[in-house]
Amino acid sequence: MAVGSPSIPPGKVNIPFYRDTRIIAVIVQIVFAFLVAVGIWYLYSNMMNGLRQANLLPTFSFLSVPAGFPIAESVIEYNPSMTYGRAFVVGILNTVRVAVIGIILATLLGLILGIARLSDNWLLRNVALVYVEIVRNIPLLLQLIFWFSLTRLFPRIQESIDVGGLIFLHNRGVTMAWPQVGNDFDTWMLWVYGGIVVGGIFYVVRRIQFIRRDRPGVALPYAFLIALGIALLGFLVTYLMNGVWPISLSVPVLQRFNFEGGITITNSFAALLIGLVIYTAVFIGEIVRSGILAVSKGQREAARALGLTPGQTMRLVILPQALRVIVPPLTSQYLNLTKNSSLAIAIAYPDLFYVANTINNQTGQAIPVILMLMASYLSVSLLTSLFMNWYNRRIQLVER
Amino acid sequence: MRKHIILVLAGILSFVLAACGGQAQQAPTTAPAQPATTAPEQPTAAPAPTAAPAATSAPAGGTSAQPAAGGVIERILSRGRLICGVNNNPLPGFASVDSAGVYRGFDIDFCRAVAAALFDDPTKIDFRPLSAQERFTALQSGEIDVLIRNSTWTLGRDGALGLDWAPTTFYDGQGMMVRKDSGIETLEDMNGATICVQTGTTTELNLADQFRARGLTFTPVVFPDGDSTRAAYDAGQCDGFTTDKSGLISSLTLLSNPGDHKILDVTMSKEPLGPAVRQGDPQWFDAVRWIVFATFQAEEYGITSQNLDQFLNSDVPEIRRFLGLEGELGAGIGLPNDFAVRIIRHVGNYAEIYNRNLGPDTPFNLPRGLNALYTDGGLLYSPPFR
Repeated sequence: MAVGSPSIPPGKVNIPFYRDTRIIAVIVQIVFAFLVAVGIWYLYSNMMNGLRQANLLPTFSFLSVPAGFPIAESVIEYNPSMTYGRAFVVGILNTVRVAVIGIILATLLGLILGIARLSDNWLLRNVALVYVEIVRNIPLLLQLIFWFSLTRLFPRIQESIDVGGLIFLHNRGVTMAWPQVGNDFDTWMLWVYGGIVVGGIFYVVRRIQFIRRDRPGVALPYAFLIALGIALLGFLVTYLMNGVWPISLSVPVLQRFNFEGGITITNSFAALLIGLVIYTAVFIGEIVRSGILAVSKGQREAARALGLTPGQTMRLVILPQALRVIVPPLTSQYLNLTKNSSLAIAIAYPDLFYVANTINNQTGQAIPVILMLMASYLSVSLLTSLFMNWYNRRIQLVER
Repeated sequence: MRKHIILVLAGILSFVLAACGGQAQQAPTTAPAQPATTAPEQPTAAPAPTAAPAATSAPAGGTSAQPAAGGVIERILSRGRLICGVNNNPLPGFASVDSAGVYRGFDIDFCRAVAAALFDDPTKIDFRPLSAQERFTALQSGEIDVLIRNSTWTLGRDGALGLDWAPTTFYDGQGMMVRKDSGIETLEDMNGATICVQTGTTTELNLADQFRARGLTFTPVVFPDGDSTRAAYDAGQCDGFTTDKSGLISSLTLLSNPGDHKILDVTMSKEPLGPAVRQGDPQWFDAVRWIVFATFQAEEYGITSQNLDQFLNSDVPEIRRFLGLEGELGAGIGLPNDFAVRIIRHVGNYAEIYNRNLGPDTPFNLPRGLNALYTDGGLLYSPPFR
């Protein structure tokens, strides 16, 4: 023990590389990346091998081939002689259509629901509670099929329920009168543009006046009224000149099989929209409730002390602060609604998933079609996220 | 931390090893090997075997059979069961489940014929119910061995879908069902009508073609499964309902008021329905093809499940060859030599299959029409068994 413990100066220790965590970390990551690459390569080559044997090599050439199958409803013009690519776009637009309308309606309903659950009114509070607990505990697919089955209970189209000769309810959906663009629509649109320009000039001029006189004043509502007035005047003038309104009401008339004119919302679309809105609104309602509860009680008391009404308190004080808590989880509900719309296949609404399945079935190109399908849903979701993240940043509290 | 990394690495390593092990089998599919089914075997539903002839004592996976190594037949034999893709919606007469839970129907009997030829046991089947949309993908991916689901043979499907069709077992045509009180007599009367059709079918495409050719418009209401399509028509959501005529006749029995409906006297297309297999294993394709031919040939010879034993004592060379008493015809297609005997004993010849499911004693009472032997003016014709 005379020598004592050898004291090695720190920093000069020669640690073998296999005990150096920094080097190990790098090695492990390289090995991991290599293994993942090998795994992917194996799966890919195995897939291509199998497809080659089955004479099914992936190609996208089918996109320019006539699809041949009909699609029940479409935002853009479509018929079976158009291409598979066009059919796919029809599917995307149908999904976007139901998603956009669904998100707007679900947000409104969810907001009402969230506030209702915090209401001082016993009845309102408990009705909202029962609604939430029933709807969120039943699978969405079941609810969609329930709404769709309900539409079957309406009478056949020949015996439609007539609401004032303008709206007809039947088991194929709802047909209602709808504004129709006339021949002179373009002429009238010139008046509309003119009104907007005049209103804009008025607004700018007034603002300059206010600034020069250094006085506050209201300009926008007047500018708006001027634009509206010119548009209405143009509406009348075009009618007097040609005897036809630029926009008229197209009233549906029952033909032998279906209604002619007006607009028909199919029962599939209606059932899907109602199902998605009612289901998603519940989750949005709970998010809104949590957001409101997250605003400290002092804010509400302070607002009341300043003499704001309960409505003003909610609108001007509570909700703007609650939004900061609400928006991030709200984004995922929007994404959920969009993705859940793929359940439409069960109730005959031709959304993206449905159309892609049919294309897959007709062409046998499962891998290209599924890649396109995934890319489409991913793009829609990412765009929604992007927008919501931008909005979220905007409403965040700016701290110095 | 280190521990976790090691665990993850070990997991990845085992995954890769397992994957490589799979590769060694030279399986032509991307699908994992099907686990052996452990379901208890059902008692034989088909007619009980009569006295076993001496020549047919080969056990399942018979010694005379020489299935190609790595082929579909070998895979089926080692699995011990045939996986047959069938209709997921009840189509009485073709494929439906009876009150005892047993699959019955024309298509089902051809599944049983394939199982009988392979195993000498028509119950060694797993039925995989598939929708029209799912069926071809299931076959392409190797999830099922053979698809017998009233599927129409077309050039596009044969080519682009990578499938092969065995001989047509049922010659059909597309029809249109309407309400009697609608006053519709021809397709021309249906301009502007709403028509229910099932997606992923040839009928969906023919409908569009036929109306386009006639310059008529229509609104399609398209469902992924036959049940919903029929229910929508039944509820009056559509003016017409189109599918194969056999399917219409079968669906008629499931409508709430069958008497209110009629099938238009128009045939919109040719619909040859038959079993399909995946491209890539010619031997399996041959086997399925000749199993179907065997049912035709048995009817031509007049061999039924009832009189089979008399024929097993026959001295006629062509019958002896057909029944595997002479020669080694089965070996070339990977089947046991007596596969025709097995099919006839357990399932019967074509006429027996037809009459059991669609014939005069059934609610459908479909005339044979094109589905008669060529000797009776039909289209069923088997190449010679020699």
